[in-house]
Amino acid sequence: MNRLIVSPSPHDENYLKTSTIMLNVIIALLPAYIAGCVYFGLRAVAVGAICIGSCVLFEFLCRKLMKRENTIADLSAVVTGLLLAMNLPASIPLWIPVIGSFVAIVVVKQLFGGLGQNFANPAITARIVLMVSFPAAMTKWTEPFTHTDLDAISSATPLPLAGTDNAASYLDLFIGKCGGCLGETCAAALLIGGLYLAARRIINLAAPLSFIGSLFILSWIGGSDPVYQILAGGVFIGAFFMATDYATTPITTKGKIVFGLGCGIITFVIRRFGSFPEGVSFSILLMNVLTPYIEQLTRTKVLGAKEAEKNE
Amino acid sequence: MKKLNGIKLKHRKNTENSATVEFPVPAKVRIPMSMHMGAPCDPIVKVGDEVRVGQKIGESGAAFSVPVHSSVSGVVKAITDYRNAMGAVCKAVEIETDGKQELSGDIKPPPCATKEDFIKAVRESGAVGLGGAGFPTHIKMNPKAEIDTLIINGAECEPYITADYREMIEHPQDVIGGIDLVKKKLGIKQAKLAIEANKPEAIKNFTEMAANDDTIDIVTLPSSYPQGAEKVIIYNSTGRIVNEGTLPADAGVIVMNVSTAAFLYRYCNSGIPLVSRRMTVDGNAVGEPKNVSVPIGTSFHDVLDFCKTDIDALKKVIAGGPMMGMSVPDIDMPVVKTSNALLAFKSYDERKTSSCIRCGRCVDVCPLGLMPAEIDKAYRIKDIDDLKKLKVMLCMNCGSCTYVCPANRKLAETNQLAKSLIPRK
Repeated sequence: MNRLIVSPSPHDENYLKTSTIMLNVIIALLPAYIAGCVYFGLRAVAVGAICIGSCVLFEFLCRKLMKRENTIADLSAVVTGLLLAMNLPASIPLWIPVIGSFVAIVVVKQLFGGLGQNFANPAITARIVLMVSFPAAMTKWTEPFTHTDLDAISSATPLPLAGTDNAASYLDLFIGKCGGCLGETCAAALLIGGLYLAARRIINLAAPLSFIGSLFILSWIGGSDPVYQILAGGVFIGAFFMATDYATTPITTKGKIVFGLGCGIITFVIRRFGSFPEGVSFSILLMNVLTPYIEQLTRTKVLGAKEAEKNE
Repeated sequence: MKKLNGIKLKHRKNTENSATVEFPVPAKVRIPMSMHMGAPCDPIVKVGDEVRVGQKIGESGAAFSVPVHSSVSGVVKAITDYRNAMGAVCKAVEIETDGKQELSGDIKPPPCATKEDFIKAVRESGAVGLGGAGFPTHIKMNPKAEIDTLIINGAECEPYITADYREMIEHPQDVIGGIDLVKKKLGIKQAKLAIEANKPEAIKNFTEMAANDDTIDIVTLPSSYPQGAEKVIIYNSTGRIVNEGTLPADAGVIVMNVSTAAFLYRYCNSGIPLVSRRMTVDGNAVGEPKNVSVPIGTSFHDVLDFCKTDIDALKKVIAGGPMMGMSVPDIDMPVVKTSNALLAFKSYDERKTSSCIRCGRCVDVCPLGLMPAEIDKAYRIKDIDDLKKLKVMLCMNCGSCTYVCPANRKLAETNQLAKSLIPRK
């Protein structure tokens, strides 16, 4: 007889793995990424490949250098790479995404302890770092279907055009036929991906709904076109894929609602009163920073628990 | 009323239709003197003594203890030290059987006219909670607080186990008889027999049987784990919450396992104490999974052989269910009063533990609303104040958090380790 394995209970599990969750996120991101590749062409494919490749490479090298276990098999670096690519304009010089990947994986993720330990969303933080470092390259937008003549054409994103004669139609915004980062324009595809994740119970819709809902209501009260405000810019990709990041958002549903509300409010304030046309990235990063405090204040209530005794 | 969290498990009740078979008298039994919570017994037989079925062989002077009886007739061969799966050591009486299974001459229906007599008789029967925890039944019956509801636990929420289910299907009269008995003797007005929704036949039978008796309610519990946990079953059948630091009795209820109730009924009629029990034998190493009624003290090895188990291929053996049972280091251990299942596996995947990704699944499933991920973090930095605030002491180790963790973190285990950091008052 073999020696018997002795271990603490439970002796059964549901066999859901971290890598399965990450794979589902990748699947959910694909429709929007593919839409980006259709609109912005081979250049978008290249940006995606470079981001994913360099994120995985940095993850591998960084873990190796730190003499820690190799974690590329958990697919989280692939998710970060894909998300980063989707947050960049297709026309970006191809060396810039490598810097973004370095910031995302090495600085934001691994230096803080790796998967689950980072306090800020790696892709968002990398986007913001690139935006303040390379403002021209990061705001050079191409019109969809003009990729044959990439460098010649640049157009504004739909946000600054809101309320003007050049504003995009709802339909164009919904299907993503407008300027913007290569993965953020197609609201329809992002919505499909978000709903897929919710259906697979990978994400909780509390944060996306409170994010989009509060932005909608505030824009409405503030006199902007609320439908336009939620369809344009990075609201859908931010709400469904970044405000639902496990590591950097609160763990309870109550906390997630607070997080989403905060994102909606900050996005509105930046768009309305700030000097940047877009505020989604900043709002998520700011709420990431607040997450530990939100978490402290939104802990679950334990069945039958006494109130904490003072001076214990 | 807020719905408690829980998890959907694969029920794997492969043995639900296998009628209980009687285990043939084993060549020898080893009966531990501690199969209950509380003080262990001292053996009151000597090596060489002849013993009969039902004869008392262990007794303790402590109130919080129950006597131990011989499950066989034969001769005491040795009194040895025995280490149980928890690591505790007590004496065990080894008896070589003579195969006759003669009943002890002392056996007669106990006097139980008054409440005091009844509770005394319950102690003498050696009864403990047969659901697995082994709490002495007579202690439960003598609470300080006023009891208005008796909850009979027929949830059997662990996968594989069908021992209680077979009790309900094979001896429904004993179950109802036991409920009536306990209710009348203790002066409790209302009884609730709570059964998980995955046992429709039992629910239907008892609903019909209790149709004309409005002192017995049949409660259908939702099919989510862990319905059988005491706090959960109390909440789901009465809406009452057992507060931190209090007992179910303080909420006016006593919870008793369905097999315990049926046993008490038979004991009061026959006087035969707790000397055998029904257990489910299953798992992928078991050739013939079944329910067996086994004399207490029979070795797991004998039981597994009886069920045509591939002993050479065994990788993991669990006493109890897969969620809360104990994996045992060897199969020479004996069947005890609380052995409701014996699961034997020839394969067992050990997955690596990785970093917490803060997905919150553990928080979403905890029936008590604990936050295992936060407890894990506080435990790692030994933050005792935070562990107290996170109420880790309330964890009942149901294992749901570990079960759902995608990083395969042993959260339930961590909770138990964290409890040990908190100084007892």
